[in-house]
Amino acid sequence: MIRSEILRDIAPIIRDHLVVCNIGLPSQELHAIDDQPTNFYMLGTMGLASSIGLGLALVQPKTVISIDGDGSVLTNLGTLPTIANNVADNFILLIIDNGSYGSTGDQPTYAGKKTSLAAVAQACGCDNVVEVQDKDLGPALQTAIDSRQMTVIVCKCDSGNIKLPVITMDPVVIRDRFMKAVAR
Amino acid sequence: MSISKKLVDDLVANDVSFITTVPCKQLAGVIDEVEARSEIFHIPANKEDEGMGLCAGAYMGGKRSAIIMQNTAIGVTINTLATLIQFYRMPLPMLISYRGELREPVACQVEMALHTKALLAQMHIPTYHFHGESDAAEFDAILKYTFMCNKPVAILTDASFWGGYGDQ
Repeated sequence: MIRSEILRDIAPIIRDHLVVCNIGLPSQELHAIDDQPTNFYMLGTMGLASSIGLGLALVQPKTVISIDGDGSVLTNLGTLPTIANNVADNFILLIIDNGSYGSTGDQPTYAGKKTSLAAVAQACGCDNVVEVQDKDLGPALQTAIDSRQMTVIVCKCDSGNIKLPVITMDPVVIRDRFMKAVAR
Repeated sequence: MSISKKLVDDLVANDVSFITTVPCKQLAGVIDEVEARSEIFHIPANKEDEGMGLCAGAYMGGKRSAIIMQNTAIGVTINTLATLIQFYRMPLPMLISYRGELREPVACQVEMALHTKALLAQMHIPTYHFHGESDAAEFDAILKYTFMCNKPVAILTDASFWGGYGDQ
């Protein structure tokens, strides 16, 4: 499965939770598949989906799912020790690991070569790290949500993209709509 | 009252309850004070752009946040300031140690000091420079201004403000 198929698969599971979605195609895909006020779309700033999600999870009780990619976690690898040492049991970091920088033309990442992000997360001190294959993500994600334990999920999948328009919603509108959904 | 305590008192009085820090020798006292306060969730970051992501998340969760960092971080965070904090219009007080100014013992620090105010001006970031201890009297008003206008605001604090570098 490619990322857009995975997002379609898990859309019913994440719909009722706060979602911070990574820059580029992941946000465009989620926006096209199931736009929700509870989705925060990153329009820039590669690498910070996990940091934004952790900050959000630490200050309020609702479940927060950061949908990140292997390339952007590699961009901000310092996020994993911060996550491990500041446990928010309402936080799930979902790394969709297709071994490539999808939004920029599928250049290979080191996570698709020798580097295991699950092993890195464990070495950083993250207590609940799960590596799953694309088709098994739905149940694993639901289990993580229900467990109320901070979980890092690394979902291995194929690289590949679908053609979608960019998100034209104004960033302040995205942010304001999201903050109202958080406060609701 | 120590200057660190005064600054943190002002942060608390302005409902700032989530603070991320990347250390600098000059900021050690204020970071200790942040860590000691029960009203503040202190989360050290490994890099300043990561810290700004944490602050953005906390802000969207309904908490006022702030970052404490060195001026070298302006070089690290230009993209994050432009595409996250400014693009989504979020308030972010940035309490910054202004290394490379008078009394600086480390030559390399001067290199980023030369660019600090120019970069902040280029980014249209309101910038205040604390040089003498009495300058800290404005901190409360600067925080109120930050949360009024929903912008990142820089407070540069130089070595003279902190009383020099001791015996280095």
